[in-house]
Amino acid sequence: MSISRRDNEKVALLGRLRLTEDELAIMTTELAQIVGYVDQLSEVDTDGIEPMAHAIEVANVFRADEVSPSLSREEALSNAPHRDERGYLVPAVLGE
Amino acid sequence: MSDYTTIVGLEVHVQLATASKLFCGCSTKFGAEPNTQTCPVCIGLPGTLPVMNRNAFQLALKTAVALNCEIPAYTKWDRKQYYYPDLPKNYQISQYDLPMSQHGYLDIGDPKGAFEPKRVRILRAHLEEDAGKSLHDEVAGKGDSLIDLNRTGTPLLEIVSEPDMRSPLEAKAFLTELKLLLTYIGVSDCNMQEGSLRVDANVNLHIDTAEGKVATPIIEIKNMNSFRAVERALEYEVGRQWCEWQETHRKLGDAPKQTRGWDDVAGVTRGQRSKEESSDYRYFPDPDLAPVTVGPQDAAAIRESLGELPAALRGRLESDFGLSAYDADVLVNQGSPVVTYFLDVAKFTGDPKAAANWVTQDVLRTLKESEHTIESLPVASSALAELIRKVKAGEVPSSRAREVFQTMVEKRVDVAAAMQSLGIAAVDEGELIALCQKLLAANPKTISDVRAGKLQAVGALIGQAKKQNPNVDPTRFRELCLELIEKAP
Repeated sequence: MSISRRDNEKVALLGRLRLTEDELAIMTTELAQIVGYVDQLSEVDTDGIEPMAHAIEVANVFRADEVSPSLSREEALSNAPHRDERGYLVPAVLGE
Repeated sequence: MSDYTTIVGLEVHVQLATASKLFCGCSTKFGAEPNTQTCPVCIGLPGTLPVMNRNAFQLALKTAVALNCEIPAYTKWDRKQYYYPDLPKNYQISQYDLPMSQHGYLDIGDPKGAFEPKRVRILRAHLEEDAGKSLHDEVAGKGDSLIDLNRTGTPLLEIVSEPDMRSPLEAKAFLTELKLLLTYIGVSDCNMQEGSLRVDANVNLHIDTAEGKVATPIIEIKNMNSFRAVERALEYEVGRQWCEWQETHRKLGDAPKQTRGWDDVAGVTRGQRSKEESSDYRYFPDPDLAPVTVGPQDAAAIRESLGELPAALRGRLESDFGLSAYDADVLVNQGSPVVTYFLDVAKFTGDPKAAANWVTQDVLRTLKESEHTIESLPVASSALAELIRKVKAGEVPSSRAREVFQTMVEKRVDVAAAMQSLGIAAVDEGELIALCQKLLAANPKTISDVRAGKLQAVGALIGQAKKQNPNVDPTRFRELCLELIEKAP
């Protein structure tokens, strides 16, 4: 399976990444290598093998419905690149 | 002029009534200051791991069973990737190919017969986490949006119907019945104002043309804040699609699926971003979460624990209590506390019909016009039953029964005290006969009028009788007058 430049542009758009021409060229090559590596799996005959949804054989892991302390607002917002006293600030979302 | 059929499918997001979020211990309480109910898990900090809330899964399961869904033995969670400021992990934990429930149904009807009763199929119901909230207006002028992540990670059940509704009214009926069901089983408060219940509608038209049936492009409508808004938005959209079809003849598949937002004030839908293809979400299994298995005995146990659901309750009120379909519907739609109240009044009086009349009329009117809920109503079911008994025994004139009830509500007193405060004392039969004879003697014209077939002439005597004694029961007085006139020489 090969990755075209168009595929890469689409993935970048979906990931909201703005790539330069050079970056796009590098990414196209590197992503193609990654996909190619994983693609080796398609050589394995999987007929009659049940699909696996999880890598470890464990199910039904739950916690009780109990409230535990949250972060303080100050802590929660401390990594925000742009904020005010109440929350994260982002460029206005239009078209909503 | 060709004909068309309206096709509607609904997607409902219901917030499940848990104390904590789906994958962390943050509170789900509504109305807190922005960003005071978050933690490293729900704001997506690296190195954190989600752990599923057992109660959320149980509530979801309960709902799925109540919606007659199949419960697969194995279910898992997937990551739905998209980038939006209110989604801190850049993916939402949802369910893709192995949802926790599917292929159910909900029956809807209209007691006034506006449409034929029908079964709306449920495609699936799956458990997922909510995103945060963008507060645009509050920072208006700053050119920024404020993001509040309190809601992020709140458990939601997404219920997807098949496109089985054929009118805006049917869509509204589906939502009303769904909300009633969810309220009966106590899985959600369904408060639309607080976002506990959100509805998106998919609608298009199937148009009969000379070349056969043609479908118009499917439109998804968002931003509807009440069931009435859903109905109005659909009505508007049907008209809009019909006009668009006549102008453009654009069919399903000619354009990507479009999302339109409902503007409740203007009463129109407006175009929004075109819907990304589902493959663009690049779902894959969430490796951080273990799958969940559900045995047939688990689903059966839940079914047992559900109690009586609205549809069965309506049926029972009709068959066991002889109520009309309309009265049964009115009672059941008020929710289970009102039904319990009615059942108690019916049991105490042994007269379900009278109980139904009182509850659907005076009790519901009082609840509507006052701040009272059925639980806070000062007239307990036993007190109303007592009043009904006294009316039937002739101790309270039927003409004044409503007054007695009002007094019981306003003064928070029992029947006897209310009667006393209104000066109502039962009029003894002998007294009533004497009064009747006296008035007939004074009004010979009434006798001749009645004999000539003018029965309503008695009305004048009833008025006079009530002046002399306000406790006179007009119905009984009328009967007595007519009897005496007949017997008179």
